[in-house]
Parts: sequence; C-alpha cells; structure tokens
Amino acid sequence: MSSDVASSHYIKIWGILLGLLLVSICGPMLEIKWITLLTAFGIAVIKALLVAKHFMHLSIERRFVTYMLLAMLLLIFMFFFGIAVDIMMPRGHNWEKIHLDVPASISPHH
Amino acid sequence: MGHGQPIATTRCASGVATGKLAVWWVLGSEIVIFGGLLACYILYRLFHDQWSVEAAHTNTLCGAINTFVLLTSSLFIVLAHKAAEEGAHLKAVKFIYLTIAGAGCFLVIKAYEWSGEITHGFTITKSLFWSFYYTAAGLHALHVIGGAVIMAIIAQDVKKKRHMHRVELIGLYWHFVDIVWIFLFPLLYIAK
Repeated sequence: MSSDVASSHYIKIWGILLGLLLVSICGPMLEIKWITLLTAFGIAVIKALLVAKHFMHLSIERRFVTYMLLAMLLLIFMFFFGIAVDIMMPRGHNWEKIHLDVPASISPHH
Repeated sequence: MGHGQPIATTRCASGVATGKLAVWWVLGSEIVIFGGLLACYILYRLFHDQWSVEAAHTNTLCGAINTFVLLTSSLFIVLAHKAAEEGAHLKAVKFIYLTIAGAGCFLVIKAYEWSGEITHGFTITKSLFWSFYYTAAGLHALHVIGGAVIMAIIAQDVKKKRHMHRVELIGLYWHFVDIVWIFLFPLLYIAK
C-alpha cells in the first residue's frame, strides 16, 4: 500500500467510525428498546472490530496474538456467567437473597 | 543484545518482536481488568431497573464529544505509526503531539463533566450506579493520562530518530484505550 493510499484508507475507516457513532447516538431517540440495544451495543462491537482490524492491524498480526486476546475474553464470559446467578436470581435451592431496609439516617441517598 | 539496541527491538522468538508481544500481553491483562468491571456493571444494570433513572443524569453530549475526540486521536496515532515506518520522524512527532492534544482535550471535557455532576450531588458515594460510573470512567481516564505521558516520552526519542518502533507500541495501547471507551460510552451514556 503506497503512503497516500494507506492514509486515505485510515481516514476512510475513521469516517466510518464517526458515522457509526452518529447512528449509536440517534438510535435511542426512537425510544424502541431493541433498537437502542442494537444501535448502542451492536455498533460498539462493530466499531471495536474496525479499530482492532484496521488501526491495530490485528488481521495481519500472528494468529496466536488473536487467540491470546480471545482467551482473555473467554475468561470474562466465564466470570460473567459464573456470578450471574448470584447477582440476578432472588433465590436458589438453599439460599434466598435478603433485602435490607437501610435506615434513612445512614442511607447515602439522604 | 546487539549494537546497544534494547533486546525488545531485536529478539523475535515468537515471530512477534518482544516489545510488541509484551504490549499485547499488557492489553490481554487489561481486557480482564476492564472486562471484569464492565461485566459486573452489566449484571447489576440488568438487575436494577432504577439504574436507568440514575443514568439519565449522565451527560450524553460530553460522552459523544469524547468519543469523537478519542476516535480522532486513534486516527492520529495510526498516522504517526505510518510516518514512523516511512522514516518521516518529524511527521510522526507531529501526529504524536496531536494525539496528546486529543488526550488533553478528553481530560478537560471529562473534568468539566465531572465537576457538573459532583456539583449536582452525583458523587461516587451517592449510589452503586455512580460508584461504577466514577470507577469505570476514572480508571479509563487514568489510562488516558498514562498513555499521554508515555507518548510525550516517546516523542522525545522519535524527534532524534531513535526507537521509532515504539510509536507502533504506544499506538496499540492507545487504540485499546479507544476500544474501552467505545464500550463505556453506550453503557454509561446511551442505555438510559
């Protein structure tokens, strides 16, 4: 890739990223939940992949680097699903989440 | 080590230069740090509907401008990398300084945003949402400061046409900081 072609390629990717940013800001204005999720988080994934591929040149890096990063992401998914039950479920087989009423005098909201 | 060069520049046992491999490992560990934090945030956010009420107070405009600033600074650092590869060291320095300016701009906007929120009583102890908000955005801002300082140090070397490969290394780090913000932006500012 010649110098000018490379520069214009990076500028093109930057333009696409800005376009996607605009969509992710405008999406929630429709106030439809699934569109908000799609435009906010779906587009975040696309933007991250574009930066990784074109700016970090991950696509031309040795394959094991990609696998290493994916292994880290896998750890996060294991962590996420490992603790999800504790956080999201109100009760299990042998336990129940107790909600405490915090007195107004010590609550940080007051 | 040959000819006084740091070993990271010359040794390449894995097919990736040692210095660059070290940066990839740093980024791998950063994925776990930020990933763990964001995973907890998402879990609590799904469970606590009232967080959307709290999130309504974050400043979307500041978040959007900061996203624009970081995406643009990512462009500058990749152009600095290209210039360094071509041996155009002064051009590389110019783009590194533009990237540092982007970091400065990001921090100024962040300071403005936070002072407004703190003034209105949204402090780190107000609720769990605001604790996550300040922890995630604050940790990210610390990475921005760290990146800007390292870039300033590297720029001094690049000016003298030394250690030009380090432009790529700091570039990788900076793009990662950009990617983290790409995920923080919808989580903290869009999903309301």
